[in-house]
Amino acid sequence: MSTDRTHNVLIVGVGGQGIILASDVLSEAAARHGYDVKKNEIHGMAQRGGSVSSHIRFGPVVSSPIIKLGEADVLLSFEQLETLRYWPYLSEKGKVIVNDHKILPPSVFTGKQDYPTDVIGKIKERVPDAVVVDGAKVAEKIGNLRVVNVIFLGILSKYLDIPADVYEKVLTESLKPKLVDINLKAFHEGRALAA
Amino acid sequence: MKQLMSGNEAIARGAYEYGVRLASAYPGTPSTEILEYIGERYPEIKAGWAPNEKVALEVAAGAAYGGSRSMASMKHVGLNVAADPFMTLSYTGINGGLVLVVCDDPEMHSSQNEQDTRNFAKFGKVPCLEPSDSQEAKDMMGAALSISEEFDTPVILRSTTRISHSMSPVEVADRTEGTREIGLKKDPMKFVMLPAMARKRHPVVEQRLKDLAAYAETFPFNEVIMGDESLGIIASGVNFQYVREVAPKASLLKLGMVWPLPEKMIRDFASRVKRLVVIEDLDPFIEEAVKLMGIKVEGKELTGLCSELTPERVEKALTGASTARSMAPIEMELPLRPPNMCPGCPHRATFTALKKNKVYVAGDIGCYTLGALPPLGLLDHCLCMGAGIGIASGLDRSLGELAKGKAVAVIGDSTFFHSGMTPLLELAYNGGCTTVIIMDNRTTAMTGAQEHPGTGRTLRKDPTITADMQKLAEAFGFRRIRTVNPYHVKDLEKTVGEELQADEPSLIIARAPCALLKTDRILPDKPLRVDADVCKGCRTCINTGCPALEFVKIEEPKEGDKRKGFTRINEALCVGCRTCFEVCKFDAIKEGS
Repeated sequence: MSTDRTHNVLIVGVGGQGIILASDVLSEAAARHGYDVKKNEIHGMAQRGGSVSSHIRFGPVVSSPIIKLGEADVLLSFEQLETLRYWPYLSEKGKVIVNDHKILPPSVFTGKQDYPTDVIGKIKERVPDAVVVDGAKVAEKIGNLRVVNVIFLGILSKYLDIPADVYEKVLTESLKPKLVDINLKAFHEGRALAA
Repeated sequence: MKQLMSGNEAIARGAYEYGVRLASAYPGTPSTEILEYIGERYPEIKAGWAPNEKVALEVAAGAAYGGSRSMASMKHVGLNVAADPFMTLSYTGINGGLVLVVCDDPEMHSSQNEQDTRNFAKFGKVPCLEPSDSQEAKDMMGAALSISEEFDTPVILRSTTRISHSMSPVEVADRTEGTREIGLKKDPMKFVMLPAMARKRHPVVEQRLKDLAAYAETFPFNEVIMGDESLGIIASGVNFQYVREVAPKASLLKLGMVWPLPEKMIRDFASRVKRLVVIEDLDPFIEEAVKLMGIKVEGKELTGLCSELTPERVEKALTGASTARSMAPIEMELPLRPPNMCPGCPHRATFTALKKNKVYVAGDIGCYTLGALPPLGLLDHCLCMGAGIGIASGLDRSLGELAKGKAVAVIGDSTFFHSGMTPLLELAYNGGCTTVIIMDNRTTAMTGAQEHPGTGRTLRKDPTITADMQKLAEAFGFRRIRTVNPYHVKDLEKTVGEELQADEPSLIIARAPCALLKTDRILPDKPLRVDADVCKGCRTCINTGCPALEFVKIEEPKEGDKRKGFTRINEALCVGCRTCFEVCKFDAIKEGS
């Protein structure tokens, strides 16, 4: 990506998936790399299993804190169905990164409605180079299920022009000391998966 | 170096830097974090949760009367509660600067209405500032305190969800103290609003508004940015940012003070552009004022009155079309993902116990409002904070036999202290046979677990009194009061049944800490499991709406198996509250793995 325009990253998922942390780290990294940054998220009901979205915009000068429909350069989704809910934000040339994971909404777990079938297949029809990763599987290999968000931050970082060491610094400073190493490992695992 | 801050964080920082000595608030999305940040980061500021917004503003008023710079913060509907002190505070004026931070919620991301606080500024005849990013949120805190002291008026700092919850870079500075002399000051002509004094104060208020309007002409956050003269746009707050994004060439009048308005500035701007448009959320507040000046302007016919504006809506309003170039759509019906009570929520247990009793439930604002959604569908009213008890009382006494044994009010503990005590007193005083259930989860849960007068801890987690709701009800004259553990669903069901039959008002305190609280935890945090062979697939447990349960459909049933499916428990989510266990008629739910 060139550096003379605004970059738009939309991170979506369900409350409790670590979206806010991932978007905080990305925003801070973008700011330290010298960009103007704006970030907005709707999280009022986040703890109650609602849909969560975080808009991160960075560039020389950023005005609106929210991304226009059709202008997200990257859509990072932590849950299959949520990818589709925010699909209209994705630009026609946008990248898609999806956690191959389902969290059933109330109408589905109560058996009133079915979870949409073949979500990943439909995403790949539109965006053949979509990156689809089973985050829980990778996290299990690393040894901590709570690093899924940072694995995906690592994948995301490969599509943005902020150097890896900037993220590393921000992660090191913002996490509890005992969680730093495992999260740095998760971040690099993510970067390797994107390569 | 600049720091990334949310609007709320920046407002808190502004309170610190500009010498606020006391801050008071009641939690309410999207305003809650302001006082939380003050509590966490700025010990120089005396700060505490008030039981409600009226008290918060009165506490701030007291501090200001004594010469301290002070702040009260609340969500938009909080100002309705605080309207009484607000309207007359305008008459008394202040001494030390007083800023009333009000956060509106266009789109109702987390609110029951989308009222526009700018109307309150006009109604109360006080100035209203509106920041368009976090830097301005901090800077305008300073400007608001200065205006407050210079013009002897409370000042509203109006934010919206998109400003409060957006992050952008902020330059920070050191704290400077206010310059007013602090102390007790006798000034009855100014501070005692008896009719004779108030009559003298009203003309002062009117003159003040004129002076403020003159000041608005030079207010540094009101700014003309000339561009292409074919289109001139007046905007404020986050809409200013949207306009810059979608119409970068247009001429702009950015208003940092949205009441009173700078008439000369507006006239001058209008004369320099061919077409004038106001882009504003919700009410045509600026538009109508501009029209009253006799200036031709477009506004709400382009943007509409309801829901928040977005960059797309602003673009469509200005150009009639969208330039969005989205990825080709994926056509699919998507199940909604509404918020839901958490696994282990004590409210779910209480609602489950109510279900059997076929009650009619008046509730109000809190996590328990989610009891209105399927599959529980148990809440029949939600009007405003504290309203459920009064509504149940009114239904019960007006309907008599028609509501006998059915009228129930549910209210949370924080909401009870906010505005449930007076309706409970009404109930005791006027009688009837309403049953009130205080769903006491030991916190203000919906806004993210804030302390309140019943938790035994202050904003800064220092130990303090624990207000006793049972003793309060006794003092009000209640004779039937019972305290129960809601997770004992069958017992609670029986208790509710008995109290509904009583010929007098009754109170049930259903007490168990919020399932998200780490302190005072009574949940075992050990998942239950379902014996799939025993489960009959009757869905009784599923209908509690617990996200840890899943109804697994049987696609190809074995011979003789009439079940459509069975329940499965997600071990990663289950905290072992046993609500499903209590309702299962077939002993299919077991402890241990």
